[in-house]
Amino acid sequence: MLKSLSVLAGMLIATLALPATPWAADPDPRDWDAVLAEARGQTVYFNAWGGSENINSYIGWAGETLNQRFGVKVIHVKLDDTANAVAKVLAEKAAGKNEGGSVDVIWINGENFASMKRQNLLMAPDWTTGLPNWVYVDHENMPTILTDFTIPTDGLESPWGGAKMVFFHDTARTPADSIPHSSVELLEWSKDNPGRFSYPQPPDFIGSSFLKQVLIETIEDKSRLSQPVNAASFAEDAAPLFAYLDDLHPNLWRGGKAYPQNYPDMKQKLADGELDIIFAFNPSEASAGIAAGELPDTVRSFSYTDGTLGNTHFVAIPYNATAKAGALVLANFLISPEAQLRKQDPALWGDPTVLSMDKLSAEDRAAFAALDLGVATLTPDELGPTLDEPHPDWMEYIEREWLRRYGVAN
Amino acid sequence: MTGDMRLARLAPPLTLAILLGPLFFGLAGTALPAFGYLPELGGEKFTTQHFSALAAVPGILRSSVLSILIGLVTTLVSLGTVAAFVASDLGTAGFARVRRMISPLLSVPHAAAAFGLAFMIAPSGMIMRLISPWATGLDRPPDLLIVNDPMALSMMAGLIVKEIPFLFLVTLSALPQTRHMETMRLGRSLGYGRIASFTYLLWPPLYRQIRLAVFAVVAYASSVVDVALILGPHLPPTLPVRLITWMNDPDLSIRFLASAGAVAQLGVTLTALLGWVGLERLGALLVCNSRSAGRRLRRDTVLRHGARAVMIASAAVVFGGIAMLAVWSVSGLWQFPDALPSSFSLRSWTQALPRMSGPLQTTLAVAGLSTLIALVLTILCLEREYETGRGRGGGALLLIYLPLIVPQISFMFGLQVLSIWLGVDASFSALVLAHLVFVLPYVFLSLSDPWRAHDRRHDLIAAGLGMSRTRTLVRIRLPMLTRAILTAAAVGFSVSVGQYLPTVLIGAGRLTTVTTEAVALAAGGNRRAIGVYAFMQTLLPFFAFSVATGLPGLLFRNRRGLRV
Repeated sequence: MLKSLSVLAGMLIATLALPATPWAADPDPRDWDAVLAEARGQTVYFNAWGGSENINSYIGWAGETLNQRFGVKVIHVKLDDTANAVAKVLAEKAAGKNEGGSVDVIWINGENFASMKRQNLLMAPDWTTGLPNWVYVDHENMPTILTDFTIPTDGLESPWGGAKMVFFHDTARTPADSIPHSSVELLEWSKDNPGRFSYPQPPDFIGSSFLKQVLIETIEDKSRLSQPVNAASFAEDAAPLFAYLDDLHPNLWRGGKAYPQNYPDMKQKLADGELDIIFAFNPSEASAGIAAGELPDTVRSFSYTDGTLGNTHFVAIPYNATAKAGALVLANFLISPEAQLRKQDPALWGDPTVLSMDKLSAEDRAAFAALDLGVATLTPDELGPTLDEPHPDWMEYIEREWLRRYGVAN
Repeated sequence: MTGDMRLARLAPPLTLAILLGPLFFGLAGTALPAFGYLPELGGEKFTTQHFSALAAVPGILRSSVLSILIGLVTTLVSLGTVAAFVASDLGTAGFARVRRMISPLLSVPHAAAAFGLAFMIAPSGMIMRLISPWATGLDRPPDLLIVNDPMALSMMAGLIVKEIPFLFLVTLSALPQTRHMETMRLGRSLGYGRIASFTYLLWPPLYRQIRLAVFAVVAYASSVVDVALILGPHLPPTLPVRLITWMNDPDLSIRFLASAGAVAQLGVTLTALLGWVGLERLGALLVCNSRSAGRRLRRDTVLRHGARAVMIASAAVVFGGIAMLAVWSVSGLWQFPDALPSSFSLRSWTQALPRMSGPLQTTLAVAGLSTLIALVLTILCLEREYETGRGRGGGALLLIYLPLIVPQISFMFGLQVLSIWLGVDASFSALVLAHLVFVLPYVFLSLSDPWRAHDRRHDLIAAGLGMSRTRTLVRIRLPMLTRAILTAAAVGFSVSVGQYLPTVLIGAGRLTTVTTEAVALAAGGNRRAIGVYAFMQTLLPFFAFSVATGLPGLLFRNRRGLRV
């Protein structure tokens, strides 16, 4: 009994002990050997959205590979909202914890990046262009790699994958000739098919993206979207968007009294026959779903004639990360041809690459060309034009206004 | 006297410190920012502006009133069902059957039960599949708002099926302290119906004993997060869900609002408790009037069948739900209205298992350690009480119940801030300590009755044979109470496994358990993955209880007197 009590006392004391935090200068990716040496033995806490098992598996694979090759352990901190990780870093900064932070790598883009950049929460200066694998990145042809939601990335976040809004329907229920090809047509379609369309409730990323898509299509002066919101004219600028939503909502799934949680939830509801048209930010989502047995093989993709929203997603390193060298090794690995190839395989994830085929070796290029993108994936020209993301300000304003108008629907 | 018995003297204050310390510091850590004081975020002077901001949040009143109603209705329905069932079936063979069926439900985590229920009752759920299309004519799920309904009916149902087993077992453990058989016979012989006999004669003393447990149910239902996330309304959600959303907002200044909300949550739960006390008064009045009027209520068959039906249905829903989780976890494509998947696949398991080992280890380690500490402290406290004869009063009981009655969310917020300050957030020991706050009361409550019922004459004989107190404890009492200790351990273990909020807030995303993983995946809406995790989440406590029932038989195969 004496023993168990002393164990207990020991544990109580241990709870009060502060963890040791070794101090280290920021590693320089241009001296890669030093980075690798420093990274060996580090544990990288990778804060990434954890709502999709495909993606979780992929991150698990990347972690194992890194551990085998470079002795870097990767732990996936599964977030339900990236904002939580941003909040954590901010909280640490507020508490004066400028070293030994709990977030090493964060999967990020858009408003979260803008917010972290603005508040100097990111490792700086430019480290991404110094990564050995940066040479493969297609920054010339993909403008969203260098400007994230109109904010210059300045090398503070390393690209990971491309994203473009794509819609899906089940041809067994919804004939291909009836599907809408613009937001206005979608509104008409929903009137003919009440209760069979919805979008995830903002501030879910995909749900907010749907609002932005409608905003882009309905706003009168599109040039305003590349600027921060003008508070004085916001009501007027966004009036067509909210008029559209007022029209749409009575015909939403459940009459707009509840919303799908996010896109995997919409995918489930498409399989269940609850929804007839869904959308995602990943063009191979439908093929991946078919491969996983989550969707019937009659599901197909479609896009809008005048284009849909597109962007790039990134990984960034907080300024107070503990394992910065390990974080660099991870970021570099994620843009290796090997990791990008695996990511684009719909059987595993199906997320479009950020690499330029022209910059790859013949062998890698052939491997990309040999990928079976799946029956339900559109070819790049079928995907239609890409619409640029509005300034992140817009998302904040729209989300707030959405909540004010529809947050108490019942 | 040996030295270690002196150590037992430290156990009661240490236990109280573990129970009340986090409660006190947690509440303080919540209240200070609520009133504007959090220097790290620039809050340096006291103000009530955050409460005004809270009052101005759209739909806040609705969220709060809903939480109060959920607390009251859930408790009323579960307690009513349990009371009516005990009244009508006590002493029958059916009672023992239902008891065996209901008891394992206690170990099913709330989140798993909620998922199971959602898989059953959703428009595309199992019930609709079973009756479609032959009975409904539907080959598409109907567009009905069943799960996440604005009245929170499905959420209340999810809570009720879990609170029924809890209240049932609490009632069962209090029954032996009343002379229930004789009392019932007396009432029946005077011509009163079973329910009337029970309500007039047995219920008042019985209720007095289980009252704190009932309060805990009211408080829990009015402040629960995970069940509300899964089954609760969306627009607006209940108050605790909104608090979590604010707490996680990237804009840190929202934390002031979140803290004010957590203080408001205290008020909400307190209001629910006061409402419950009001209902108690009303109930007492009705019973008194009815009794004075001599109403014998002999034709109570409908009520009795109804209560039995609800009891059995709640068990069926939970068991059916778990079966659904299991099937979804191995299903391939499974479209509406098929009652079974068109293909099966182990893909979800093979994907999940390698990544589950970390959370699983944390779950087992935290649950194991917190249960062990709770057991040691409980045994020392009971030993001390045995020695001094003090500490069994209502005051001590209230203190033990306090962490179960004060809303978790209200003091966990503050505790999180405190743990970041101390630099112990996401540390294993802080997580164990946070779990201990909830494990300890349950272990204490489940061990104290059998411990107190232990026949002291065994100790007298041991003392007469010259055994020291420690030796008596180790050689006589602990072996004789092995069964009760293991059951208490299993209860503690399942309480720890089921903890969501403390794990999320103190574990800070770095220490995850199968429960936090399951709830995080719920956000993904992938039924197969949810199936895997929620099924695992159910399996762990189930194993613990199996060990608790199986091990004594194994240990004492050569001790006939200790076998059951």
